[in-house]
Amino acid sequence: MGKPDDIQQSEKQTEAIRFIQHTSDHSLLLQCLIKIQEAYLHIPADTVELLQQQLGLSYADINVVVEFYSFLSFEKSGDYQILISNNITDQFLGNQTLFKKLNSRLADVNVSIEYTSCTGLCDQGPAILVNGWAINRVDDERIEHIAELIEQRLPVDQWPSHFFEKEDNILRRDIQLSVECQPGAAIKTAIQQGREQSLETLEAAGLKGRGGAGFSTASKWRFCAQTEAGQRYVVCNADEGEPGTFKDRVLLNQYAHDVFEGMTVCAAVIGATRGLVYLRGEYRYLLPQLQQVLQQRRDDGLLGAHILGEDLAFDIDIHLGAGAYICGEESALIESLEGKRGIPRIRPPFPVVSGYLGQPTVVNNVESFWSVSRIMLLGADWFAGVGTDASKGTRLLSISGDCRDPGIYEFPFGVTVTEILAACGGEQTQAIQMAGAAGTTVLARDFERRMCHEDLATGGSFMVIGRQRNLLDMLANFSNFFTHESCGFCTPCRVGTQLIDDIICCFKQGQGSTSELQQLNDIAKLMQQNSFCGLGSSAPTAFLNALQQSPELFSAHGPLDDNPQFDLTAAVAEYEQLVATLSGDLR
Amino acid sequence: MKGKIKIATTSLAGCFGCHMSILDIDERLIDLVDIVEFNRSPLTDIKHASQCDIGIIEGAVANSENVEVLREFRRECKTLVAIGACALNGGVPAMRNHYSLTECIKESYLDGIGLDNPMVPNDPDLPKLLDKVHPVQEVVKIDYFLPGCPPPADMIWKMLTDLLAGREPVFTPQQIYYD
Repeated sequence: MGKPDDIQQSEKQTEAIRFIQHTSDHSLLLQCLIKIQEAYLHIPADTVELLQQQLGLSYADINVVVEFYSFLSFEKSGDYQILISNNITDQFLGNQTLFKKLNSRLADVNVSIEYTSCTGLCDQGPAILVNGWAINRVDDERIEHIAELIEQRLPVDQWPSHFFEKEDNILRRDIQLSVECQPGAAIKTAIQQGREQSLETLEAAGLKGRGGAGFSTASKWRFCAQTEAGQRYVVCNADEGEPGTFKDRVLLNQYAHDVFEGMTVCAAVIGATRGLVYLRGEYRYLLPQLQQVLQQRRDDGLLGAHILGEDLAFDIDIHLGAGAYICGEESALIESLEGKRGIPRIRPPFPVVSGYLGQPTVVNNVESFWSVSRIMLLGADWFAGVGTDASKGTRLLSISGDCRDPGIYEFPFGVTVTEILAACGGEQTQAIQMAGAAGTTVLARDFERRMCHEDLATGGSFMVIGRQRNLLDMLANFSNFFTHESCGFCTPCRVGTQLIDDIICCFKQGQGSTSELQQLNDIAKLMQQNSFCGLGSSAPTAFLNALQQSPELFSAHGPLDDNPQFDLTAAVAEYEQLVATLSGDLR
Repeated sequence: MKGKIKIATTSLAGCFGCHMSILDIDERLIDLVDIVEFNRSPLTDIKHASQCDIGIIEGAVANSENVEVLREFRRECKTLVAIGACALNGGVPAMRNHYSLTECIKESYLDGIGLDNPMVPNDPDLPKLLDKVHPVQEVVKIDYFLPGCPPPADMIWKMLTDLLAGREPVFTPQQIYYD
């Protein structure tokens, strides 16, 4: 006792316990567990007992949730837990060297160092999380500084603030980023227009969900509004887990007002009184400032019982995630909001009919809500004036990888890959990966393809792969990612992702064979057709792309028929030496 | 002879028991030669396999000549089938893997009881022994494996007829039941 971090930690523990003692709603299980994990750096057995009593749950109910989420664990792995972001762009920036350096520098301290999935800092990597706090651009100097702080046993939230500063890197503004919205203005318009008129505006704007699936936002809201129910919910999906996507982080950092404004407009249109933001655990550091914005909006009468003095009641809570990519899938996200494991639901019923707590729920991406606030203010024509026939407006791209200026770029739909690369300074580019690990690989010969729902759909991730890279490294990174992130519920995905990973590893080590290529193809197709949710059906896309577009990638990495591990020269060396020495002597 | 399916067979470090089992298909061999042509095989005395449809490998890989033959089969045969315990697992030849090659050679040629004129053979024509005996799939890619010591004639017949008909070989549980 007496060490600064111990006191700090014990205060947090008291606070976490107090929180649980005042909770009886079992849908808050995950939130309770996250608080415990933060305070104790693991989930101690006695807190599980307390949770059982308070929430009326069995041990098994709690156990499965802890086992499911990456950031929760029953065992304490160290006084400091360092997670190194392992997106392919972090790999490009040398996260494997970083892993080694951290390990050797911190060998004598009680620290656990592991890899984690993309932490959304691809434009300023390599990035790490220390006890859940994200740190960007970890270079030698920072490693040294971090090691010193850890040796002094200073709690992470007392580390110098410059460690946690993030860059927004907004590098191209089009129609949406170039306007500022006055808080409350969009809500006012929505109230004036009324429900039907507001929906028509959105419909005319042609706004499609920015999460990647591209479903019409107006239709989604309409379906939800039409479902008879006592209660409706607005959910903002801020579980930005797709590798290479970070635009939601920037929006939440700089445009939180507009996002909450969009949610409030949605509430007014569908008749909801409660909204939830599902913020990925990796963005936990944004939580205090987001709560501040919410409080300010309550103070300004933009949230609460009588918004803008009208008969409109709405408030927003923020729930944290705990490191599970699958929770970006809307039905898994709702399960997670209810405090359970993030396992996708059978659809239909869709969330607009039966979502959070079985009530009609609109789940939209952060960017969708952000765009709503602008469309309400500036009108449908302003938005639909750019883009293509089926993809209206502009969208934000998170650009990372081998380019001069990684960051956030707003582009109208219909822009070609070549144009995007020119803007971000991507030269000597071998390929780009559109829409993240689950997205499409576009090789240089197809760079005239366009970003839009008709051609290259995207959730906002755009990773540039230079000529110096081996595409097989990227595939291995993705296969590893999916193996880790498959929720394990359905066999095609749980087993398929592992089998694909094994095959890709074989090729990476130069041990692949023709029959394995056939297997890869078969498994990928089986996963596409038989997986339970979008994770499993989209996971094999990059591998199929590679098989179809660049089969030479595989033949170059496996002599296909002979096993290269078998070395004839080495295998006969002992015999040759024997014959040379023994028979020579005897003659 | 054009149009016939070409089959090559060989025995590496094996006892020819699997080949005996091939011969055990008895009179069906006559049906077989109507549709297949034997290339390199102990049955034909052809020295090198070339452009075959099916290659059948018996025995494990114990020396440099085995490696050369096996690689030739892989190169020349579209479908390669490993048959028998030695090919699949190393079998009896692999029992020497418990000892070092030096121990084995000393015991056999220098220190063994009752040896007359002990010496290590060193004729350059002799294949070089590998330090360890390997199952065939550790050296080349194998398409099908037929277990058994030896695999029964009916099993070999079923495998051949399925492959000749262009089908994936499938066995009933009875056909691969050994106890």
